[in-house]
Amino acid sequence: MIHSLFLINSSGDIFLEKHWKSVVSRSVCDYFFEAQERATEAENVPPVIPTPHHYLLSVYRHKIFFVAVIQTEVPPLFVIEFLHRVVDTFQDYFGVCSEPVIKDNVVVVYEVLEEMLDNGFPLATESNILKELIKPPTILRTVVNTITGSTNVGDQLPTGQLSVVPWRRTGVKYTNNEAYFDVVEEIDAIIDKSGSTITAEIQGVIDACVKLTGMPDLTLSFMNPRLLDDVSFHPCVRFKRWESERILSFIPPDGNFRLLSYHVSAQNLVAIPVYVKHNISFRDSSSLGRFEITVGPKQTMGKTIEGVIVTSQMPKGVLNMSLSPSQGTHTFDPVTKMLSWDVGKINPQKLPSLKGTVSLQAGASRPDENPTINLQFKIQQLAISGLKVNRLDMYGEKYKPFKGIKYMTKAGKFQVRT
Amino acid sequence: MQRFLQLPGAVVRPGGRGACGADQEAASPVLAPEGGPPPWYQALQPEELRWLQASEEDPTPEASLEGACPEASQSQSQPLRHDDLKEMLDTNKDSLKLEAMKRIVAMIARGKNASDLFPAVVKNVACKNIEVKKLVYVYLVRYAEEQQDLALLSISTFQRGLKDPNQLIRASALRVLSSIRVPIIVPIMMLAIKEAASDMSPYVRKTAAHAIPKLYSLDSDQKDQLIEVIEKLLADKTTLVAGSVVMAFEEVCPERIDLIHKNYRKLCNLLIDVEEWGQVVIISMLTRYARTQFLSPTQNESLLEENPEKAFYGSEDDEAKGPGSEEAAAAALPTRKPYVMDPDHRLLLRNTKPLLQSRSAAVVMAVAQLYFHLAPKAEVGVIAKALVRLLRSHSEVQYVVLQNVATMSIKRRGMFEPYLKSFYIRSTDPTQIKILKLEVLTNLANETNIPTVLREFQTYIRSMDKDFVAATIQAIGRCATNIGRVRDTCLNGLVQLLSNRDELVVAESVVVIKKLLQMQPAQHGEIIKHLAKLTDNIQVPMARASILWLIGEYCEHVPRIAPDVLRKMAKSFTAEEDIVKLQVINLAAKLYLTNSKQTKLLTQYVLSLAKYDQNYDIRDRARFTRQLIVPSEQGGALSRHAKKLFLAPKPAPVLESSFKDRDHFQLGSLSHLLNAKATGYQELPDWPEEAPDPSVRNVEVPEWTKCSNREKRKEKEKPFYSDSEGESGPTESADSDPESESESDSKSSSESGSGESSSESDNEDQDEDEEKGRSSESEQSEEEGEKKKMKKRKKVPEGQREGSSSDEGSDSSSSSSESEMTSDTEEEQVEPASWRKKTPPSGKSAPAPKEISLLDLEDFTPPSVQPVSPPMVVSTSLAADLEGLTLTDSPLVPSLLSPVSGAGRQELLHRVAGEGLAVDYTFSRQPFSGDPHMVSVHIHFSNSSDTPIKGLHVGTPKLPAGISIQEFPEIESLSPGESTTAIMGINFCDSTQAANFQLCTQTRQFYVSIQPPVGELMAPVFMSENEFKKEQGKLTGMNEITEKLTLPDASRSDHVVVQKVTATANLGRVPCGTSDEYRFAGRTLTSGSLVLLTLDARPTGAAQLTVNSEKMVIGTMLVKDVVQALTQ
Repeated sequence: MIHSLFLINSSGDIFLEKHWKSVVSRSVCDYFFEAQERATEAENVPPVIPTPHHYLLSVYRHKIFFVAVIQTEVPPLFVIEFLHRVVDTFQDYFGVCSEPVIKDNVVVVYEVLEEMLDNGFPLATESNILKELIKPPTILRTVVNTITGSTNVGDQLPTGQLSVVPWRRTGVKYTNNEAYFDVVEEIDAIIDKSGSTITAEIQGVIDACVKLTGMPDLTLSFMNPRLLDDVSFHPCVRFKRWESERILSFIPPDGNFRLLSYHVSAQNLVAIPVYVKHNISFRDSSSLGRFEITVGPKQTMGKTIEGVIVTSQMPKGVLNMSLSPSQGTHTFDPVTKMLSWDVGKINPQKLPSLKGTVSLQAGASRPDENPTINLQFKIQQLAISGLKVNRLDMYGEKYKPFKGIKYMTKAGKFQVRT
Repeated sequence: MQRFLQLPGAVVRPGGRGACGADQEAASPVLAPEGGPPPWYQALQPEELRWLQASEEDPTPEASLEGACPEASQSQSQPLRHDDLKEMLDTNKDSLKLEAMKRIVAMIARGKNASDLFPAVVKNVACKNIEVKKLVYVYLVRYAEEQQDLALLSISTFQRGLKDPNQLIRASALRVLSSIRVPIIVPIMMLAIKEAASDMSPYVRKTAAHAIPKLYSLDSDQKDQLIEVIEKLLADKTTLVAGSVVMAFEEVCPERIDLIHKNYRKLCNLLIDVEEWGQVVIISMLTRYARTQFLSPTQNESLLEENPEKAFYGSEDDEAKGPGSEEAAAAALPTRKPYVMDPDHRLLLRNTKPLLQSRSAAVVMAVAQLYFHLAPKAEVGVIAKALVRLLRSHSEVQYVVLQNVATMSIKRRGMFEPYLKSFYIRSTDPTQIKILKLEVLTNLANETNIPTVLREFQTYIRSMDKDFVAATIQAIGRCATNIGRVRDTCLNGLVQLLSNRDELVVAESVVVIKKLLQMQPAQHGEIIKHLAKLTDNIQVPMARASILWLIGEYCEHVPRIAPDVLRKMAKSFTAEEDIVKLQVINLAAKLYLTNSKQTKLLTQYVLSLAKYDQNYDIRDRARFTRQLIVPSEQGGALSRHAKKLFLAPKPAPVLESSFKDRDHFQLGSLSHLLNAKATGYQELPDWPEEAPDPSVRNVEVPEWTKCSNREKRKEKEKPFYSDSEGESGPTESADSDPESESESDSKSSSESGSGESSSESDNEDQDEDEEKGRSSESEQSEEEGEKKKMKKRKKVPEGQREGSSSDEGSDSSSSSSESEMTSDTEEEQVEPASWRKKTPPSGKSAPAPKEISLLDLEDFTPPSVQPVSPPMVVSTSLAADLEGLTLTDSPLVPSLLSPVSGAGRQELLHRVAGEGLAVDYTFSRQPFSGDPHMVSVHIHFSNSSDTPIKGLHVGTPKLPAGISIQEFPEIESLSPGESTTAIMGINFCDSTQAANFQLCTQTRQFYVSIQPPVGELMAPVFMSENEFKKEQGKLTGMNEITEKLTLPDASRSDHVVVQKVTATANLGRVPCGTSDEYRFAGRTLTSGSLVLLTLDARPTGAAQLTVNSEKMVIGTMLVKDVVQALTQ
């Protein structure tokens, strides 16, 4: 299936290659570079590039292209999904996935890749199993390893791979048994010029951090499971139980994992927590334009909106902007024409605003489009859909775990057209 | 039960977490793991400390490392010279070796050549340090192909690893061995794979499955043997193996769809528990399988559907000829049989549906394509929601999903209509995603939603992304052609765009307007005039060409402007692009034909210019046009028709999606994405006209009987599911493995939820089948019947009606005689009291044919009931089968095992299944006269019916590769009560695969199969003690299998031992000096490989059994059988 993998940085250097079958010359990447040149931006490189003898499938994350070489028919999503899993694994191992980090840990990276695929077919992709096989590096261990010459390769064998719950390793022990669940909802919305909602939907996830001893069997139930319209589960969740009782029953993996992602049914109207008042105008005659934005709370259920960041891609003709915010900081990058305003908290008594002028290229005609405004924000302790966890029970182990749950609402792809 | 706590923002968390400060309030433990101490910190600290202490006590390594280490940390960027590395590898300090290996691997990773270090590295393949070893493996796999001879040095290490008691070491040895691409070791790999395929550990079997494609790519001549292994592994019942073996199947022999039949239902049922990657492969294989095996669920729908559509669109036509055609259609309908979905088809759809909820996009896509290709139209809708969910994922995933949605939305528009808004475009989307979304939006546009769609499009047109704007304009054009109502609105909108400042936008609009105008030119003279004015400004060649074409085509609408445009163009002719020049010639020709007075000179001027153009296309066109339009002296016959040629009415172009007809590629495949056949793409077959025989998948029915019975027995202790997983015959002896036993325990507790539900679903299954069987009066499939009966048996064991279903499995049951036998004995043991009571006492002494009609107890009659001598051979293989079921220690009827020289008699066809014809067979152990490689099988026929049976012969055998049959001569007639014997020869090709063939009478055909016990695959040879020792010396290492056992008191005497061994295997005794040792020798029939068996028995009862044979599989099985026989 997957023949080889090349890691390419943004300047076009191949800084790592790994082959699972016979060696494919790195000259195959020339086709990729060609496509990269054609596409003006990195994310516009087509994920699938056919070449005379191979097919190149790539994903672009953390400014690195992960290019897989395949030779025969294979579902493209299979490869793409796998590549993303590789990136996630690196991130899990090293905290960040960047070129210097990969270069520094090249041996661990190589060992991990070796375990993830066998002859191009995925073998061990669960991070729990991988961590048993190859321990992630820590500062302490690196020091110890240099002194003693011991290794990152686990000396015990990966029992998890053999069990029926491959996502959990055996013999987990903690002194503090804790289970935390984060319900995070994201609002995707497009708001039009006049402030009316064109489309809005809520996507949510439940991320968990479970550190429990032994083999706990958890059940989690909701007050209002009917809200969930479309769900996708971590493989540990028993689907039948959900179908019949709308209860999540599972043996959790050890550590951090995404238990569930869901979509709130479209029938419910989505409360939009913020509004943006904008007045952006360019005049044909002069080279100056007016720019004014105000952000304010709308339906917040009494909670504060924090972490507000406004970004906007200005038209090419904009030379510079001179703006003054009522709070927060703003930057404008004259090269990429990206305006970013870090607002912070919204105080309902004193609405934050950003005012000023836009200077346009002299002689250039008026841009025919007003920029769209992208919004980020966070609301703590609120699930905007109203979803509530009812209870969490544990079976199979004797101790009493500490259980915690947190709700949060964030902006997903929140866009205001102007 | 505790109430669940809602925590305030800052939780005082146990452990060190609270100390992280108020900043952490916002950061959750999940989202910001780096906030607290790393999770492994505490757990590992003691261990690290131990290391530190250890290093203090032993300062030597530290001192020697001092030199190497500091530079080591930087060294990855600046490799030392290779000599230094070699030196480091040659030391006996693991730390130095490790350092060297790390640098070498770093070199490999950067694509530097490190092949000259091969000899130094390969020496370390047996290194004790596990990380060094792993890195050596990495190196070896990378460079072995280039250094074949040296690579051979490492082979023996792996061969040793293959024998390791630890399953993980066996697996990793096989993994590396099979990854070394050295053709010389193909036979070794083949052996290792075969052995591993019957390993006790499912993990090793999984590795074996992975190794199959590797070997195949190395040497495709091994295909036949590999298919055998695949067939064997396909029968495996563990989820661990399923995905990998199907992957091997897809790579090696995707055309052998027949191998799937028997495993189809099992795969469907296991699917949900297989790991994600396996699920994708299995689903896509099952899609292909279902396309060949089931009838199209839409065949009737398509008929039904055509009618309303006709009525809707072609209502005028119907007035004229309507009644007739409707009648015809109505007449066509009843001729079709009502479509009843095959229960297996339904099973597949039902079992894949939950996977739409998978977190893996690849799995969701696989299920979606399966539903799209296989499900009835009404059910396909379920996939839309899941696909729309994937649009939240990474942009690469979006890209692939949108491509597929685009194809689907053409065919099934209704499916995605509710999700229209999910395809709205954001300014932050990458261009390629925008264009795909646009495609989907266009496909989804219809009469009702077109206003909203067009409003959306209006905002897109103002985007900064010009490629996207161009695509939007084309999309508007397509909407306009598809939906007549909005054509004028669209056209007006496009005309407004002509005053846009961006030239690309204008050009694109012109091209689209041209296409739209072709549909109704008469009304749009104004637009054409407007366009004509644009020729002064627009520079984009395609747009200029389009305008010129339009003016030429509709010059009668703009009679005054056209010549003027031509004048202008003639002036600038030499500066134009080729495509524009061609259109200028075209325009000139048309004007010459319609308005020659004004344009004659202009035309001639243009043609002369074109005559000397650099481009030969243009020169050719000019010459051609001139000949056509300018009448010459020769009186060209064509010139009279010039008008017809140039001014022929031209059909309006159809603006179609580029995704039309892409669905002939399997969705979700690479070929679909590229719209071109990729290497290795398996064409999705068309539905068959007639459904193939559904009973081919029936093999597993006895298995289910077994399951349900076992379930009954074990209901309380174990869930159904994990139970059935444990019983997969000989390969599944893993149950006795202590390691996996604990596993299966933990599983049974953990999986109880899903376990129960899966058994539920099985029941549902049966319910539904039953209902279907009743409601639809169509032919009831064999399997349904059996299932029904099974159910009845569960409910009313003594039911009188059972007799009525005594025509049990007339086709299928006998073909699976072996497995049935298994279940027979087992059931017998399982319910000893209740069932035996009901068995008529006479049944034990002699069979009474008449009782059959009263009670269908055949399943429960122990094999000893057969009127023949107890089948020794059968029972051993049977016992081996039962081993996996952890029933070995339960007392098998001792009489079964009483040794009989020669072989026992086994049933081939039961008299009930055979409608009075009973057939048994024995292995006579005489050499078969025709062919020395064949095992001679005596077949005993007896007729217990009251009519003579005529024309008994063997019909078309369906044999696995390598196996051949010498048929017996036809038996002309067998009168009632008479018996006869025939001899046939079977060449089993030294495998224990069953030979399946048909036994035909004049009226009926019975599917039967003979599976040889391994002991019958050989013939005795006689040799002296010295010869024996010599041969044994040659067959050591991997070819030697040793097993320790304890002989029970009853079988310690010489006589009994010899008898038992010879009864199990057809071996000859070799004289032996010592009294405690027994030696036997034989050769396998087909290949003539030696099989040497040594039994070293102490008087205490402890004994050691050794088998030496080149055929490792045979050796392993033989050991098992002999141990079985001896310890009973």
